[in-house]
Amino acid sequence: MDAINYDAELKRAGAHSTHGWRKLTFLAQRYMLGTAGLIIMIMFVLAAVLADVICRFSPLTVDSAHALSAPNSQHWMGTDSFGRDVWSRIIHGARISLAVGIGSTALGSSIGVAVGLASGYLSGWVDLVFQRITDILQALPLLVLALVVTAALGPSLPNVIIAIAIPLIPTVARVIRANTLALRELPFVEAAKSIGMSEMRIALRHVLPNTLAPLIVLATAQLGSTILTEASLSFLGLGIPEPYPSWGRMLSESAAEYVRTAPWLVIFPGVAISLAVFGTNLFGDALRDILDPRQRG
Amino acid sequence: MFAYIVRRLVLMLVTLFGISVIIFVLLRIVPGNIVDILFAAAGYVDPADKANLERELGLDQSIVMQYLHWIGGLLRGDLGYSYVSEKPALDEILPRIPITARLAGLALLFSASIGIPLGVISAVNQGTRLDYILRVVSLSGLSLPSFWLGLLILMASVALFGTMPIFNPNPQSFGEALAIYCVPAMAVGFRSAALTMRITRSSMLEILRQDYIRTARAKGASERAVNYHHALKNAILPVITVIGIEAAFLIGGLIVTETVFNIPGVARFLVEAIRWRDYPIVQNLVMLIALVVVVANFTVDMLYAVIDPRIRYTD
Repeated sequence: MDAINYDAELKRAGAHSTHGWRKLTFLAQRYMLGTAGLIIMIMFVLAAVLADVICRFSPLTVDSAHALSAPNSQHWMGTDSFGRDVWSRIIHGARISLAVGIGSTALGSSIGVAVGLASGYLSGWVDLVFQRITDILQALPLLVLALVVTAALGPSLPNVIIAIAIPLIPTVARVIRANTLALRELPFVEAAKSIGMSEMRIALRHVLPNTLAPLIVLATAQLGSTILTEASLSFLGLGIPEPYPSWGRMLSESAAEYVRTAPWLVIFPGVAISLAVFGTNLFGDALRDILDPRQRG
Repeated sequence: MFAYIVRRLVLMLVTLFGISVIIFVLLRIVPGNIVDILFAAAGYVDPADKANLERELGLDQSIVMQYLHWIGGLLRGDLGYSYVSEKPALDEILPRIPITARLAGLALLFSASIGIPLGVISAVNQGTRLDYILRVVSLSGLSLPSFWLGLLILMASVALFGTMPIFNPNPQSFGEALAIYCVPAMAVGFRSAALTMRITRSSMLEILRQDYIRTARAKGASERAVNYHHALKNAILPVITVIGIEAAFLIGGLIVTETVFNIPGVARFLVEAIRWRDYPIVQNLVMLIALVVVVANFTVDMLYAVIDPRIRYTD
C-alpha cells in the first residue's frame, strides 16, 4: 500500500496549479455533483446555526386557532395539527439531524478507530476477541440494533446518538484494521521500531495518520445513513421525543391520516430528510473519488 | 471444503450466542420491567400482586437463570409466551413470517431486475449524460427514506384512485394481491435497486478495462455480447454479495414500510413488541433476524464457489 500523492493526482487529472484557491476551483469544476452536495450541506449547517434568526415563529408555540392551515403567506409551509409552523419546525429540525448525524458518526468512528487500531496493531488474542465482537454486531441490521438500544436506554437525544453510533463501530473497525495490517508491514514502521520508538507511539503517530483518508471517506458516507436512521427511529416513535422538532417525528405525526387532508405535513419534512441525505451522499462520493483514487469507478 | 464449512458453522453459532447474550442483557438493563408498566397503568400497586406476577413471568429469578431458561426453551423449540397476548410466542411469530418473506422476495426481485441492467447501461455509457442521470437517480434512491417513499405512494394513490391500498390477508383477485405486495415491495426495494445499480456499475467498469474484453472486441464480438456475456458474467460476483447482504438487511426498510402500509408482518411486529416491552417477542424476533443474516452471509459465500469455479474453499 503506497501513500497517495494528491498533488500528483491533481496534475494527472489536468489541474494547472495545485495551490490554494486554484486547487479549490479546479476541484469544484471537476466534481460538480460533489460541490452541489457540499453547498446543500452548508445550507443545512447554516439553517441549524441560524435557526432562531431565520424563523419568525417558534417551532414549539401551539396556536390551535391556526391548526392544520395550508401553506399561506404567514406560514408558508402550513401548520401542523397543533398549529405549529412547519417551516420553523423543519429549520429547527436541522439541528437535531445535524446533532445526531455528527454526534453518532464521531462517536462511532472514534471507538471504531480505537478498536480497529488495537485489533490490527496488537493482533493475537485482542484481535480475535474484537473480531468476534464485530461479527456479532454486524449480524444485526443498523436499524434493528439501534431500535433495541434506544428501547433499552429510553428515547432522548444523547441515547439516540449512542444507539446509532454502536452499529457504526464494526464497519469503521474493519476498515481501520485492514489498513493497519497493511501499514504495519511497511518499512517506515520497521524504521521507527529500529530507532527504539515505543509501540504506542508508532501506532498513534505513524500508523493512525495514514488511515485518515479511508476514515474520512467512510465517515462521510455514514453521515447520510445516520441521518436516515434517526429519521426512521423518530418516525417509529422511538427516537427523539416530543416536543423537539425531528423530521422523522413530524412524518410519524402526519402519517397515513394526513396523506388525504394535509399533504404539506407529509411533503416538506420528507423533502428535508431526502435533501440533507442526498447532499451528504453527493459530497461523500466526490470525497471518495478525491481521497481514495484506487476506488474510483 | 468440508473443514471450511464446519469452521463457518461454528463461527455462526458463536455469533448467534453473542447476539443472544447482548439482546438479553440490553433488554434487562432498562429501569422498570413489564410488571411495573402494567401496574403503572393500573394506578394502584399491591406489592403482593406485583410479586406474584413477577414470579409467574420468571422475573424474580437471577438474570443468568432467566437467560438459561430462555436459551433452554429456544433449543427445545419453546419460545415462551408473549407478555401482551399471553399466547405462545411461536404462534404469534410464525404466521407473520410468510408476509414479510413475500415482501422481501418481491423487493429483491425488483432491485435485481432494475438495478443490474441499469448498472450495466450506466457503466457502458460511462461519462455520458445518461450515466450522469442514472448516477443521480441511484444516489437519490439511497437518500429517500423508504417510509417517506411509502407515504408519497399512498398520496399518489389517493390522488389517482381516491383510495389507498389496505392490507387484506386474503386478496380476492390477482390484481389486489399484486397491489398489496408489489407497491410496498417497490417502496422498500427502491433503495436496494439503487445500491445494486451502483455496485454493478463499479464492478462492470473494473472488468471492462481488462485485456480479455479488448480481445473479445477484437475478434468481432458484438457490443451486446461483450457487455452481457463477457463482462457481466465476471462482474456479477460483488453484485451477488450485495444482494445477499441486502436480503438480510432489508428488514430495516421493511420495519418502516410495514408500519406505513399497515402490513402485519414480523418487521412491524418487532416495533410493536418493543413499544410494549414484550421481551419474549423482542428477543426471539431479534434472534430470528440474526439467524437470517448469518445464514444469508453463509449462503452467499457458498454461492461464490458455485458461480465462480476458480473459488475453492480450502483450509
